[in-house]
Parts: sequence; C-alpha cells; structure tokens
Amino acid sequence: MSEQITIHLTVNGEDVSQNAPARETLADFLRTRLQLTGTHMGCEMGVCGACLVLVDGRVVHSCLMFAAQASGSVVETIEGLSERAAIADIQEAFHQRNALQCGFCTPGMLMTAQALLSQPGVPSRDEIRDALSGNYCRCTGYEAIVDAIESVARARAATANGRQVEEVAG
Amino acid sequence: MKARAFSYARPNTIAEALDLFAAADEDATYIAGGQSLVPTLALRLQAPQTLIDIAHISELRGIALDGGWLRIGALTRHCETLADPLIAQHAPLFHDAAPYVAHPAIRNKGTLGGSIALADPASEFPAMALAMGAELEIVGRDGARRVPADDYFIDLFQTAIEPGELLTAIHVPIVRPTHRWAFDELARRRGDYAIVGCGILADMQSTRIEDIRIVFFGVGNTPVRATTAEQCLIGKQLDQAVVHVTQAALADDLAPPDDEHTPAAMRVHLARVLLGRLLGRIAGAT
Amino acid sequence: MSDALTSLDRPNSYIGRSVPRPNAKRLLAGRGRYITDLVLPRMLHVAFMRSPYAHARIVSIDNSTAKAMPGVRLIATGADLAKVCKPWVGTLDHFKGMKSTPQLPLPLDKAVWAGQAVVAVVADSRALAEDAAEAVVVEYEELPAVIDIDAARTPETTVISPELGDNVCFHGKIDTGNIDELFAGAAHVVEEEFHFGRHTAVTMEPRAIVADFDPNEMRLTAHHATQTPYQFQDIYSRHFGIPEANVRVIAPDIGGSFGMKLHVYHEDMAAVALSIVLGRPVKYVADRIESFVSDIHARDHRVRARMALDTEGTIIGMDVDDVTAVGPFSAYPRTSVVEGNQVFRLIGTPYRFQNYRADLQVVFQNKVQMSQYRAVGHPIAFAVTERMVDMAAAATGMDPVEMRRRNLIPDDAYPCAAPTGYKFEALSHHACLTRLCEIMDYDRLRAEQAELRKRGIYRGIGIASFVEISNPGPAFYGVGGARISSQDGAVITITPSGDVRCAISVTELGQGTETIVGQIVGEHLGVDRERIKVITGDTETTPHGGAVWACRGAGIGGETALRAARKLKENVISLAGSILQEQPDKLDMHGGWIVDSDTGRQRVELAEIARIAYFRSDTLPPGTQAQLTVAHHYAPQGYPFAFTNGIQASHVEVDVETGFVKILKHWVVEDCGRVINPLLVDEQMRGGVVQGLGAAFFEECLYSDTGQLINGSLADYLVPMAVEMPDIEIAHVETPTADTELGAKGCGEAGTAASPAAALNAVNDALAPFDASIAQLPMTPARILKALGRI
Repeated sequence: MSEQITIHLTVNGEDVSQNAPARETLADFLRTRLQLTGTHMGCEMGVCGACLVLVDGRVVHSCLMFAAQASGSVVETIEGLSERAAIADIQEAFHQRNALQCGFCTPGMLMTAQALLSQPGVPSRDEIRDALSGNYCRCTGYEAIVDAIESVARARAATANGRQVEEVAG
Repeated sequence: MKARAFSYARPNTIAEALDLFAAADEDATYIAGGQSLVPTLALRLQAPQTLIDIAHISELRGIALDGGWLRIGALTRHCETLADPLIAQHAPLFHDAAPYVAHPAIRNKGTLGGSIALADPASEFPAMALAMGAELEIVGRDGARRVPADDYFIDLFQTAIEPGELLTAIHVPIVRPTHRWAFDELARRRGDYAIVGCGILADMQSTRIEDIRIVFFGVGNTPVRATTAEQCLIGKQLDQAVVHVTQAALADDLAPPDDEHTPAAMRVHLARVLLGRLLGRIAGAT
Repeated sequence: MSDALTSLDRPNSYIGRSVPRPNAKRLLAGRGRYITDLVLPRMLHVAFMRSPYAHARIVSIDNSTAKAMPGVRLIATGADLAKVCKPWVGTLDHFKGMKSTPQLPLPLDKAVWAGQAVVAVVADSRALAEDAAEAVVVEYEELPAVIDIDAARTPETTVISPELGDNVCFHGKIDTGNIDELFAGAAHVVEEEFHFGRHTAVTMEPRAIVADFDPNEMRLTAHHATQTPYQFQDIYSRHFGIPEANVRVIAPDIGGSFGMKLHVYHEDMAAVALSIVLGRPVKYVADRIESFVSDIHARDHRVRARMALDTEGTIIGMDVDDVTAVGPFSAYPRTSVVEGNQVFRLIGTPYRFQNYRADLQVVFQNKVQMSQYRAVGHPIAFAVTERMVDMAAAATGMDPVEMRRRNLIPDDAYPCAAPTGYKFEALSHHACLTRLCEIMDYDRLRAEQAELRKRGIYRGIGIASFVEISNPGPAFYGVGGARISSQDGAVITITPSGDVRCAISVTELGQGTETIVGQIVGEHLGVDRERIKVITGDTETTPHGGAVWACRGAGIGGETALRAARKLKENVISLAGSILQEQPDKLDMHGGWIVDSDTGRQRVELAEIARIAYFRSDTLPPGTQAQLTVAHHYAPQGYPFAFTNGIQASHVEVDVETGFVKILKHWVVEDCGRVINPLLVDEQMRGGVVQGLGAAFFEECLYSDTGQLINGSLADYLVPMAVEMPDIEIAHVETPTADTELGAKGCGEAGTAASPAAALNAVNDALAPFDASIAQLPMTPARILKALGRI
C-alpha cells in the first residue's frame, strides 16, 4: 500500500511495467508514460468520451479509472486498433464520409463504433445515435459519423451474408 | 483536475477489505466501478488517504435465485444488469432502467452495488431497488445484515451503511405473475440525470390494484416513495378519475428542491405527467 | 443526370468536387499532434489559484506553505508578471467612445470575475502544481458584484472600474429618421422582448499553450492551440518586448476553435511570462472546469424589437434596442463590441425595408469576458428578425413563406445596401426560399401538421432567412487600429522532384483548409493534388496573414492560393518554353506535364523541368534564371465584406405536457458563392447548425446572484449530443462573388447564424394553437411549460 505503485499491463499487445503515483488516471498513464497520445482528454470526468479505450475487451473511460485499478489488465488504445487493422473499414468510412473535423473526439468515436459494430445485426440510425450518446463532437453535428457507422454496418453484414451463402453453397 | 495523492490497496476478500478500512483510521474510500467516485476525486471534492479497490473480490459477484429472492452481487456491472436474463425476468425494473443509466462505456464499468451504496437521489437503480422492495446486504466487521430498502435511504448520499461497511449484495423479491411494472424518466439528453424519473411495481388482481409501490427519483434528497399516491390506488380500478386523483395527491408526496432554472413546480408537474403515463401503461398491460 | 462532359471532367479539375481530406487519415489513426500532447525537455506545468469571488479586492497573498511543496519551481503573482508583460487594452478606434481597462496576466489588486486566475504555480507536473495551488492562501475583501444585465446601468450600481466612470463599454446608434412617425402610422405593429443566454464554445480540446523562451537568443517559441498564429506572433512580440522575427508561433493540430481560440487569455499570457522568467518551457492546458470560467463566453443579449407593416403586409421599418453584457472588460485584440455591432447592423438585412432605428448598449459585468464566437452576432440578429417576420405573418394572416416572398430583397435588385450600411453585391434569397420549399416539401408538412394537431400532436415548422458576413477587408479591424491582417500570403514551390509545396497563412482546424488549398493549387497549377503538400500553422515557415476567422479561409486564402498558383504556372511555362524552344502561349500544364495547349499532347514532365532548373541550369539558355518559387499576397479590394446568404428550416415536435422538444429534421439552403468542396461545405453547415441548435435548446452559462457559474462542467452544461440532434439536409445555390476569380465567399458560420432562428420559429409555430409564445433562448422545458401556463 503506497502512493507510488508498480503497474503491470498489456498495452496494445506489449507488456508494460511502470511505477506511477496511485493517483494517476489510466488516461494520464497512457498519454504521458507510454506516449499513447491518441487517447484524448476532454473533460476528465467521464462525460465527453474522448478518452475511451478497451480494458479487458470492454470500452471504458480511461479518465474514470486509475492506472492502479487497471493493473493486470489488457488495454488497447486507438494506436493498437489502428496498427492491427482491426478498425480499418471504420476508419476508411470515416475518411470518405468526412466524419471528423478536428479529430479530437475521433479516437473515442471509433472505440464506440467498434463496440457497436462488434454486436450482431445492422443497427438502425437511432440505435447508432444511442450508442454515441456519451461521445461529444463539437465539429460535425454527428450526422456524418452516423452515416459512416451505418455504412460499415451494412458492409460488414453484406460480407457476413456473403460468407454464409458461400458456406451453404460449398 | 488531478486527484490529491492517496495510497491504493487491492484486497481479495471482504474480510481483507474491512481490515484495510479499519487500518486506515477510517480515512479511506472503497472503490468499485468508480464511475461516480473518480470525478469527485479529480475535482478534489473528496480526498481519502487510502483507496480500497474492491473490484477484485469474487464474493461480491454473481446473480442467483435464492428462494423467492434474486441475489445480485454488488459488483454486477450495469451492462450485466441490462443483459442478464435472471434480472430481466425476476427484477425487471433494474432491467428496464439500465439503458437509461449514463452511457455504454459507463455501464461497462459502473456497478449496481456502487450505485446503490452511493445513493445518488437522481440515479435510477437506488430508486428501483426501493420500488421493488429490495433488501440490501451490508457487511461490517460485526457481521452481515439485510436492510429493507424502505429503511435504507436516510438523507442525501446517506444510507444505512456505516463507515467501513460494504454493500455486498442486493436481494430483490422476485416478481409474480400478478405483477405489472413500468419505468420511465424525463432527461434533457439521453443518459443525463433525469429531471424526474419513476418506477412503479403493481400487484394486480385482474384490473384492480391490490398493492403498489411508486418511487420517484430526482425529486429530493433520496429516492421518494409516493405513499399518498399509492393509497389513492390500492383497491381501485385504474380509470381516468383515479389517475387524476392520484396525480393530484403527489403534492403531498413530493417536495422537490426549488431553483430558478428547475422550479419545484416543474418537477411536481413533470412527476404528475410521468405518473399518468406510467399508470396508463400499467392499465394497458392488464 | 446527363453524360455530357462538365468542367469537372478536365484534368486536375478539383474545384467543385467532393474529395476527402488527406490529413484526416492521421487523425483517424490517433496520430494527431495537439498541443496537449506536446512534451519538451525540462518542461514545467502551471496551475492557477483562482478567485472564488466575482468581485473582490486582493488583500494579501501567502505563498510560504505552497513554495515549500514538492516539485514547485515558481509561484508568481500579478506584480511578478507585470515586470515582463506590457498591459493590453481591448478597444478599437472605429468604435467611437468605447472604453476598457488595461489587462495584465494576473491582477495586481482586484479580481473581477469568479474564476479569474490570481496566482500562478509552476511545478514539475500538473498534479504537483495543483497540490501547491491549493496551499496558496489569498485573503480577499469581497466587493458588490454587477451580475444582472440591467443592474449594470442603474445609478446606484457599483462601477466595476471606477476609472472608466460607469459600466458602459460602448453605446451605438443607427437612425434613418422619422421612426416614431412611421410606427404611429403603420397598419400593423408587432413587438417582442427577447432574451439570449450566455453560452460558450466548449471545444473538444481545451485551450493549450507551451511557451518556450530561450534567453540565449531572446527567442520565444509558442506552441499554441490557436486559429490565428500571426496575430499572436505580433502580440507576443509587442507585449513581451521580443523582436517579431524572434517570436515563432506554431499551431499544429487544433482540437476545435470556433472563434474561441483567437482571443488573448490571461493564463496564456501568464504561461509566456513564466517561461520568460524561468527560461524553461511552460505548459498550460486548461482543464474543463477552468475552460468554463476562463474561455470567452458568447451572446448574452436582451433585445426589444418592433416591426411596422403596411396594410399589404409589407415590412416598412424596424426599431430595435439591444443590451449586451460582455464581462468586466473588453476582449483583446478584437474587442467585445463586434458581437453587438453585428447584431444591430444585421437585423433586418435580408429584407427590403429601409427605415431602421437601433440602439446598442454594451455593458460591463462581473462575469468572464464575452467575445467573438462562431457566427458573431448573427444568431441574435436573425432570431429577432425572423421571429418578428413570423409574428408579422400571423398579424396579417399570411403564411410565413408568403410573408418572406413579399418582403425579401428581390434577387434582381443587387447591388443594394441595407439601412444599417452593409452593401450587398449579389444575393439569392428568393432562389433559396424556393429551393427550400422544394426540399422540405413545405406544403405537405403544413398539411401533416394540421392533421396531427387534430390528434393532439403539436409539430412546428420554422423558417429563417439570413445573410452572413464573410471575407472582411481592412475596414473590419485594420482601420480600428488592430494589427489583424485582412490579407493572406502563400509561397508555392516546385521541388526538385516536381512535387509542389504550398506554405499559406490560412490555418487548418479540421474544417479542411489544407484540402481546399490543395484543390485550388492543383487545378490552377495543373498538378495532381496527391503531389501537393500544403503547409500551415507556423509563423516561421508560412507568410504572415489573417489566418481563419469570419469565414475568410476559402474566400481570401483560396484566392491567394489561386493567384500564387497562376503566377507559378506562368514561371514554369515560361521556363518550359525556353527548354522546348516553344512559345509559352502554346503550352499549358496538366497532371504534372507540360502539354500543348491546343491538343493536350504531353511534351515534358514537370519533374524534368525541375531537374533541369535545380541541377542542370547550365543547359538553360543564357540569361534564363528559373523561378520555381513564388510568393503572393492577396487582400480583398472590392466590397468591404462578401455577404453570403441562405435560408434554414426546422421541424420540431413539442410535447406540450412536458415542454420537451424533439427536433425532427432541419434543412439548409445556402449560397456561399463558388463551392470548392461540397463534402466539406456540407459538413461546415451541419456542424454549424448543431452549434446553433445547442444554443436554441440546451446551452446556457447559468450564474448565481453572486456571480458564480453554477453549471460550469461538461456534466452540467448541456452540449448537443447525437441522440437529440436531427439529420440535416443541405442544398446549394451558387452566386459567386465577382470580386475574386475563385468566387468563393465562405461557409463556416452560416449554419450557426440562423438555426436558432429557425428553431425559435418552429417551437412558436407548434405552440400557436395554445396562444402561447416564447422569446428566450435556450428554449428549455421549464420555459416552454411556463409559456404554456402549465407551471
């Protein structure tokens, strides 16, 4: 029990072991100690959604969690998802649809999009907006983001259907 | 917005957690999901010497039937409350309220026990615990006890939990086939704290109300049971006239805070509207 | 669609085409580089001890405990920083009689709003700085605070700055004459008192600066999240006494700005001063709580307005009184008067009437400074105008569309001038109105509305015409004495490999500046846009210019790029002519090739021209000096402003029992002149509309009687979120300005300019069956219920 503790994490597939003050949030830990600056901080109180990361496979606010609480967990950030091409189709749809302007909310938007699109079925526009209810964007007015996510949902569903058809045919 | 320095401890058992609290001379705070606590630490509204992380205590997990009760472990996350079939079937007001609790990422981390232990009067789950007549299992160094929700909420952020004690589980009496229920709230934006919210659990004999629990949140220092309104309904058929009388009776049940931007009169008005709509749904479901 | 070739089918014809932003890919991968991400060697962090009082004398400051705390490197007060920073005063000469007090990074003796930074604490980390800031003990003597908009002018009120005599910052009047007689003789008069709350920008990335002063070379490098780096280069130079050439301002990726990040803030000036005192980099990032009490706020108006009509329903005049409260002093360097000035000059401007009287009072109060934010003054001006037009329609029994057809300035009446002095080159109000009615299917919506009312469902349709000020010339700030440039500069180079680099003074905030500059340069130079690198946001590597505000990026920056590209193309073709022994007028450039202008036959690649120019100049004819870099500056010289115009419509459903409003749909038809990239223009519209809908329904900085901001967090201040916002349909009418070759007028603020007006009209339309009306923004459930008499 100490104000300074050792934190062990797997971050984007790499083992990390670092000393940090117990009071340091996971967001600060990722940004300052690991230079994973793709995780952004817009409010530091879990409202804006810019700091979303995956902890043990679930999307959570890295500003609403101390790094100490995450010790022993598997963490994935926007950098990790990008580098292993897990969200390449979402990123491409966002790019084509211009579903971002300043880009500050974007990593959090992509985390939410990925979580939503990992569930079966094609979400309606209302369901997409509902999923985005905790992600603040000041630039776009949201519609382009909804469009981009909707297009990926349809494309993924079409691919999945295609695969099923192939399996049946094969 | 950085928290003051603190020490961090991660017990694996309830007993260990209680000992850690005692050892910290009571200048300690338990943290479970932390979704409400971390902002208060960041804002330095709270600054304990020690943070005791109870999220890894396996005794605090699990959802299981226990006779006529459903026992829900305190560490059950909101996303689990939303998805769990036992909760949907036996403690349906938790299930119905869950989508209104904040946003998906908060629901991935926040816990039912944490929410009810904090007892934010604007929160959904404490109010639904009261609406369903739940009992709260509280453990201290002197042992465990079960406190009925009617006795649990004392004042603003004040509950029957004594310093150092842990809320370990929520016991909900399972709904019966004669039960009808309804939940709704009026929030400015999806996921915001509601201006007014309400959960109703009614025991119906055909179209007659045998018993009913009506609980509002966002209208006072604790979740509020509208007992005067309930009395207007017991033994009655749910017709327009009865609903109007019940809505009027809310004036005796609710004394919401008054401020320029959210006048008390508005909360009472909205509570009446909400009550009317929810009773309409219950009537429609019979 | 016909298969005929259009101008877009030519090689490199990028203007008018929707192309995505090359620089967005980096942001999508989490590779944006914002100031908040920046770490420099030996960098320190600053936190501030802030005044808990809205108005208080500083009696004493005790740093003794804080100084001894871990990691603390410096604690500075107002007096300490006054030694290195000259004060600033936010006045402009062309606002006759305006006044304001000198400002310093930290106050010497008085705090004038709750949240004002009083003491700076510099430490090794932000957390340690906050620990020590908590331990600074300041003794205050609380003074009476001026909070209410009317209280500022009552005789018995405290004067915030006694040296100014009273709390009036500026008083303006416009009067075309005989207004009282006109109203006395009018067939119909409608009137209303409007209230517009304060709101604020809430950029996703808060304000951030890393100031890095090197005493050895007397050089200041400010990594600053701003939309106007050149303005800050000038300010840092003058106020800190550093030669301008030694001041470098770098604005990399910026997490939103919307006008908020072009004002001088005390904390930012303090960070620079602290870096000068310490000789080390100092980082300041406002946390969200600090943002709410220190970023500029916007709007805050109380407007009384009257409109006179003749028996035919023709508007014959308006009479307006606007009071706006701007905080304890006027913002620098643009002042806090521009907002009110634009309100009282824009009111009524889409319409034909020429009789106008307006009074503007800009008053001081003990709240954070108020100044320019997206669509400065426009949302107020058009909410007032358009609500009056709807009230006039009701008074005369006319449909709102018909009312506008009758009164909007005819599309063939240009050029013309508004009674407030604005000159219009060419606008398209009627074309926009017609197009709007088509895309929203106005008649069907009206029929549906009537049908639903019978079933107790109350929907409303609101329409709002607008004009928008863009492309301001030097008359905007320069003539008032502000060192804010109305010109822009570009330097374009052909690299030795035949690629193109364009360094330009308009800046990138995610709106797409770099993309459209690339499109314009590509088209006018004749090079594929993939080979063009656009460089922005660094005073050391780009020429001085106004950068981006008032929608000037496309209109002025774009024209600068166009003319620079043309000039460079002349140089390239002249050189190619020498090399090919061909008359330059027989040559052209497309796709990075020199081609025969008649046939398009490829003659020589640009890369080959560049190779010869850079490495084999010995093979050029004697006397030929290749000029593959050109610099060009452009300032608007025609109309003082290029006005854009358009119209918006909002469709809402009001739950009359709860006062909650569902925004069903929103439409915009706008005319921003030449559309360079429809994808980007549409997204500017949508983002702008949503900011306006935020103001219409959600956003308001609420103060207590003692001047405490009571909802200053992102949990309590309600920004518009995805669930509550509608889909927004956009259509365009294009009336290019003849003042430039490009013809673009700008599009960044049009959405915000009139969406509150459309929403206000829509809600009132829904409330009409109850004889209820609302004239206050935001339209909260409480206010709607009050309007309905339900509470």
